[in-house]
Amino acid sequence: MDNGNPSEAFVAFERVQKSYDGEELVVKDLNLAIGKGEFLTMLGPSGSGKTTCLMMLAGFETATYGDILLDGNAINNIPPHKRGIGMVFQNYALFPHMTIGENLAFPLEVRGMGKSEREEKVKRALAMVQMESFAGRRPAQLSGGQQQRVALARALVFEPELVLMDEPLGALDKNLRERMQYEIKHLHDQLGITVVYVTHDQTEALTMSDRIAVFDDGRIQQLAPPADLYERPENAFVAQFIGENNKLMGKVDSVDGESAMVRLDDGSLVKSLRVCVNEPGEETTLSLRPERVLVADDGKDYDNTFEAVVEELIYLGDHIRSRVNVCGNRDFIMKVPNSSDHHSMAVGQKVRVGWSMQDCRALDAS
Amino acid sequence: MTQGDAATDPSMTDHMRDGQMVTADGTPLKASLKRAERRRKIIALLFVAPLLVFLMISFIIPIGQMMFRSVDNPQITSTLPRTLEAMEAWDGQGLPDEPVYAALAADLTIAQENRTVGQLAVRLNYEISAARGALTRTARQVSNMEAPYKEKFLDAHRLWGNPEIFQIIKREGRPLTASYYVSALDRTYDADGNIVLQNENRRIYVDLYIRTLLMSLGITFLTLLLGFPISFLMSSLPMRYANLLMIFVLLPFWTSLLVRTTAWIVLLQQQGVINELLVWAGFISSDNRLGMIHNMTGTIIAMTHILLPFMVLPLYSVMKTIPPSYVRAARSLGANPWVAFWRVYVPQTLPGIGAGAVLVFIISIGYYITPALVGGQSGQMISNLIAYHMQTSLNWGLAAALGTILLVGVLVLYWVYNKLVGADIKLG
Ligand SMILES: Nc1ncnc2c1ncn2[C@@H]1O[C@H](COP(=O)(O)OP(=O)(O)O)[C@@H](O)[C@H]1O
Ligand SMILES: [Mg+2]
Repeated sequence: MDNGNPSEAFVAFERVQKSYDGEELVVKDLNLAIGKGEFLTMLGPSGSGKTTCLMMLAGFETATYGDILLDGNAINNIPPHKRGIGMVFQNYALFPHMTIGENLAFPLEVRGMGKSEREEKVKRALAMVQMESFAGRRPAQLSGGQQQRVALARALVFEPELVLMDEPLGALDKNLRERMQYEIKHLHDQLGITVVYVTHDQTEALTMSDRIAVFDDGRIQQLAPPADLYERPENAFVAQFIGENNKLMGKVDSVDGESAMVRLDDGSLVKSLRVCVNEPGEETTLSLRPERVLVADDGKDYDNTFEAVVEELIYLGDHIRSRVNVCGNRDFIMKVPNSSDHHSMAVGQKVRVGWSMQDCRALDAS
Repeated sequence: MTQGDAATDPSMTDHMRDGQMVTADGTPLKASLKRAERRRKIIALLFVAPLLVFLMISFIIPIGQMMFRSVDNPQITSTLPRTLEAMEAWDGQGLPDEPVYAALAADLTIAQENRTVGQLAVRLNYEISAARGALTRTARQVSNMEAPYKEKFLDAHRLWGNPEIFQIIKREGRPLTASYYVSALDRTYDADGNIVLQNENRRIYVDLYIRTLLMSLGITFLTLLLGFPISFLMSSLPMRYANLLMIFVLLPFWTSLLVRTTAWIVLLQQQGVINELLVWAGFISSDNRLGMIHNMTGTIIAMTHILLPFMVLPLYSVMKTIPPSYVRAARSLGANPWVAFWRVYVPQTLPGIGAGAVLVFIISIGYYITPALVGGQSGQMISNLIAYHMQTSLNWGLAAALGTILLVGVLVLYWVYNKLVGADIKLG
């Protein structure tokens, strides 16, 4: 797994472990190198240890084992307020007893900055998130989206090189969330800051990130750019967690270079790309994206073709979502493009479906 | 109206009449809404009615009566009506003339028969200390007196030769009086009827009010000083330990007041545990044992202990709701732990501090039992004097005046407090 080169990284986790209770490891052997200016997202289900990693980086939790490096220096013993890391919290954590202006001036004040300079910077930071006219209000008088912008401005106003965000958009509705995703992304490009972003929303991760670290069970399951993560998942968890996925269980029959023949439970043999399997007899999960399964009536040559029975059709305009029974698997989804030259399908009809070896990845068994 | 019209604007026909919104059956919408609302209000009122009645009987009416008693003054007008009438001609200088004494004799005769001389005597005795003796003695002889009465009266008691008694009767011969408040504020009437300060050695109450105020503030401050750290600790500990600590805090609630107070006596008295320990350890000599009980120190120590839960509970419940992310945010923004605590955490505990402080202050300003048990002379508070006038001197009017002043004082302080911090807390 390519986790980058720690010696050149801006932020590096080296063999970091964390336990809260001395019995269970919440973070297990975390190795991660984040480059300067990178937008890295930690993506994973709830309880997978993302927040814990962020808190260790910010200094609010100590690593039980291992080192965390910032710009090449171990920061394990540096208190949070000396790390100079900006942070956006899920509930925004805007100080309710201060106005927006006072909230933004706070980090500058504690750094001993003069009043005029402070006001200048606060104004600029508020302008950056289009909130100039709200400086005199209290947080409670703002909407969720506005609070979010202010929290962002406050984390940026003292010009940190590294900004951490823990599910910052979790409390917003869908439209607002999408808008804020672009705004955060633009700010990142504009300011050249390094961002470590935590979310459990894969769309958010795919939209915003340079690289995504998929977390599960206290480990990074895969670290890759968004496209790689979707197209080339390295294990069954990632394939299932990112995007829609067809899962076929089977046993490796034979291995040949980069391909593997896999015998499914109903006996059919599938030619697939060898990713996690090494030798015949191994249990494996085949992962196949719905849009890569095609109706095989165009005379093209497919690596795999099978007879399928249409179970259910859902008309979605640009494509038709079809649930078919293939190789004894009744939950097999395919997306049939809505093109004029295509046969219309009907429930109960038999069709031939096909897919290429490259699109069918033989992953680990779980 | 044609069908076409109705079809184009159905709302006109269905919901409007005479420019008013109406319901389906034609009653105006406002009236029908009001009726529905009224029903709800009546039901809500029924729910609180028992409490309201209880409060009325057990609290509001007695308080009202108590306050009325502080100005109520029936004794003189009811027993000396003729005297008062006769005194209207008197100019208030020197002794009155014979008609006044004659009227007084008539009034006293009746009063003696009706056995109302006693209360009159007590009432007048509040104003001038020889009055009780003069009245009881004179009333016994009055049936044997004959005109001219003035001389007989002057013979019967020297007080009748003192113009002051007649000035008092004239001044207090009204159904309502201010004289209880005058004495409660350490004032008195001079010969010309002006309100002036009491003699220095007879001023008690104002100093006591001030002492009560200062002690209550001190106790409030001490409970805050002790309660803040423990509440903070409890709010940051896991539930299991927090509950254990809470039991320690609540322990004073669960032990009888007398037991607790006795425990303090055992600890603090001259031969008590603390003094013995200090002597044994050589910090103080046996002749210089510390007086920590039956004085102000004792009252403050015991009351701080007793009132601590009233500070801790509101503080704890407020602190419990402050998410750790605020302090974390402050730290990540560059504030050291102290600045983060002082500028971000403490302001958010203000509602708890305010609630706890008001609670402790108001309870302690009216506290009675602890100062009575461990306060000695210097640890007495105003309530102890109110109790004295209620139970021992039986001057209920004065007790009522003292109590009313205390009540008004507390209300004024609460109003000031609300002005100062209330708005800010409500915002937070
Ligand atoms: N302060 C804490 N004390 C004890 N256990 C914790 C604490 N914070 C998190 N955990 C546990 O650590 C695990 C990972 O939590 P977290 O890092 O918050 O996950 P995520 O942010 O990915 O949802 C969870 O099982 C959680 O119960
Ligand atoms: Mg989390």
